Amino acid sequence: MTLFLQQLINGLSVGSIYAVIALGYTMVYGIIKLINFAHGEIMMMGAYFAFVTAVTIGMPFYMVLIVSMLIAAILGLSIEYVAYKPLRNAPRISALITAIGISLFLQNLALVVFKPEPKVMPAIIPKQPILIGNLQIGTVTIVTILLSVIFMILLDQFIKKTKPGKAMRAVSQDKEASILMGINVNRTISLTFAIGSALGAFGGVLYSIAYTQVYPTMGIMPGLKAFVAAVLGGIGLLPGAMLGGFVIGMIETISKAYISSQWSDAIVFGILIIVLIVKPTGILGKNEREKV
Amino acid sequence: MKDNIKKSYLLNIVGILSIYLILKLLIGGNVLNRYHISIVIFICINIILATSLNLATGFLGQLALGHAGFMAVGAYVSAITAVALKSSGLPDTLMLVISLLVAGIFSGIVGIAIGIPALRLRGDYLGIITLGFGEVIRVIINNMKSITGGAQGFTGIPRIANFDNVFWITIIVVGILYALTHSRQGRAIISIREDEIASEAVGIQTTKYKVLGFAIAAFFAGIGGGLYAHHLAFLDPKTFGFMKSVEILVIVVLGGMGSLTGSIIAAIILTILPEALREFANYRMLIYSFILVVMMIFRPQGIFGTKEFSLSSFLHKLRYNQIISPRKEIKGDE
Amino acid sequence: MAILQTTELAIQFGGLRAVDNFNISINEHELVGLIGPNGAGKTTIFNMLTGVYRPTEGDIKLDGVSIVGKKPYEIVKQGAARTFQNIRLFKNLSVIDNIKIAYHNEMKYSTLEGIFRTKRYWKEEKKAHQESLDFLKIFDMQDYANTLAKNLPYGKQRKLEIARGLATNPKILMLDEPAAGMNPQETYELMDTIHFIRDKFNITILLIEHDMNLVMGICERIVVVDHGKIIAKGLPEEIKNNPDVIKVYLGE
Repeated sequence: MTLFLQQLINGLSVGSIYAVIALGYTMVYGIIKLINFAHGEIMMMGAYFAFVTAVTIGMPFYMVLIVSMLIAAILGLSIEYVAYKPLRNAPRISALITAIGISLFLQNLALVVFKPEPKVMPAIIPKQPILIGNLQIGTVTIVTILLSVIFMILLDQFIKKTKPGKAMRAVSQDKEASILMGINVNRTISLTFAIGSALGAFGGVLYSIAYTQVYPTMGIMPGLKAFVAAVLGGIGLLPGAMLGGFVIGMIETISKAYISSQWSDAIVFGILIIVLIVKPTGILGKNEREKV
Repeated sequence: MKDNIKKSYLLNIVGILSIYLILKLLIGGNVLNRYHISIVIFICINIILATSLNLATGFLGQLALGHAGFMAVGAYVSAITAVALKSSGLPDTLMLVISLLVAGIFSGIVGIAIGIPALRLRGDYLGIITLGFGEVIRVIINNMKSITGGAQGFTGIPRIANFDNVFWITIIVVGILYALTHSRQGRAIISIREDEIASEAVGIQTTKYKVLGFAIAAFFAGIGGGLYAHHLAFLDPKTFGFMKSVEILVIVVLGGMGSLTGSIIAAIILTILPEALREFANYRMLIYSFILVVMMIFRPQGIFGTKEFSLSSFLHKLRYNQIISPRKEIKGDE
Repeated sequence: MAILQTTELAIQFGGLRAVDNFNISINEHELVGLIGPNGAGKTTIFNMLTGVYRPTEGDIKLDGVSIVGKKPYEIVKQGAARTFQNIRLFKNLSVIDNIKIAYHNEMKYSTLEGIFRTKRYWKEEKKAHQESLDFLKIFDMQDYANTLAKNLPYGKQRKLEIARGLATNPKILMLDEPAAGMNPQETYELMDTIHFIRDKFNITILLIEHDMNLVMGICERIVVVDHGKIIAKGLPEEIKNNPDVIKVYLGE
């Protein structure tokens, strides 16, 4: 029983990282209908920024987190400006390929700059576990869960209450109408990328601390899983991304612990397939029919 | 009209034969060494993979992100068949053809099994579900250790693919796909890309043709995978991950969705490019991805768009030395 | 004999009964108009008649055979063709290919015969090509045969969509707001076309329309719906003077 609870908490922790990364995917998809495959690499870059600031400058955890999120936001903005903006009216699949190209570019940039060998992430969050009864919970786990939840609440409030947040929702509903209402669509899209990328970096920093490693291809699998999470919950929907993230994290952890670590990926994707077949727009998605 | 068709058939046969003979001479004269021949074979395999994916994505209009899964099924089935036939004493090429057909049929069946539930989804969702299926196939292969060798890889595959048989198989595959896209079934497939609702409203059984297009794409992806297995003589499940599917999709989009000739040109460029960049060592993939992004920004519709390159009209233009006939243009304005 | 007949046709979307107790009977060679204010359920009725929606209750008989629960392509084979409110052409294909796709079921060769280009392939393709050209000639569009559908002027796009529907060799043709977006001149030409095809192909036509001039000008019989129910049926003259119809269109 204790072991099971332990696994649940681990699942919650992994899930919250997926959820935060999935938010970035879903925000970008919601606003420009692009599956931003480079998002996993933004996460990886975020982890490298954290590594550099922690090791060479010796910053404390909260500064590391803030600085890498900021740099990642700028990186996301620049990518959008240079690579995605020119393709806004192009066939959507071309934008998809561009995103894949950017993802390869960032991976190889990291490879050239940081070399392929994994770097060891210093323990900038104290390692000693906290004991609750028989349960041993790592500080990293608790910090991850708490911070993720805080960021989710902040984002939710931002989208619902603030003017730029409302602009984001408006643009994702109808770009043309938003222009007519005087919303600066380009700026809103840029802001979405900035926030999404910052969240990606957040996921990267915590992921690298939890697994103590930073390497150029580290973004691929978590990126893919977060993307699956976003789709599972209903892509374009913020609550969907969060729900999907936790579900994927749980399934992965539980199936690794109780079934087989070799099959866990197949189980995750299998569940994705089943959900899509039963409910094509994801758990929280609304079924939309093409109007005839 | 009939004469024109005969003429263009003849032209294409002459064109293909001359490419074959030139390559043959270059190989015979040792201008192309074993490394070069291997690249030519990879180009052919990529042409098969890309043209087949183009059928599903470019002509049928269904985003498929799991093509490597079908390639993997074909590669392993073909390898297993060839290993079983090894002691039969069949000539290499016959053994290859049998293995490839078994592989193609097997992945075609997998394509149908996946296509029936998946093709009810549209757009990005279809892309995602095919991605999911591709990953599931890879994990299954990875875990069927007794048959596939699992993560250690599949060794001892007969190396029966060579320049000659790969070249001609590629020509046949492209020829079949070309003929298919120019038949009534092909038009039905294209009409689904253009407007699925309208297509059904003029009497096209859209579900049937979606599954048919998808299954044929899977069939040829299986054959491409089989050739891959018989060229390398070794298979590693890691090769068939999501990135492989993406690699094939990149060829299709760069060449032009719905253009088989575009896929061929793009397959040649994108197979040679990373090899040509080898001297840049670590910077190789960096340059490759940079070029990819730049190409997409400046030519989002791909090299050929949906058009096909035609040897006969190209020669026609050359002969009259003008790309646009001025007379035609005036006529068009009237 | 009635070519199209519905009995107590109804459809429910959640709590909304979009169409209720819809009974019509259209005879061979008739030209019937279906009118009603926005949101009255006209297109929903079309979608039921063509198999896009499945009615919750009632029956539809096409040439005596029930088509409820059949897929759109099966209904096309039974002899009902349609056009759409917002034109749906195969935009990136040539005009002649748009017609050839509608000939799909007329051509008889298998996928393998198509791939290996057997004699039958050439024969059938040649025949389809010739027939499509002849067909375009009827609509005076043969000069556009190789133009991409998306490059046609608006009026011609409508015409092509009608031609494509007719190419499926229907018994009844259903036109969903064919005059939408047309100027008076184009509408006038369209009226001619509709008359012409009815006589040339000897078929039945059911059309939804907002343009009163068009409906009153060419329809022999008119059915008026409001809130999913039929409120009047009759000759154009009767409909023009029907107080219920006037109320619906002009308010009280």
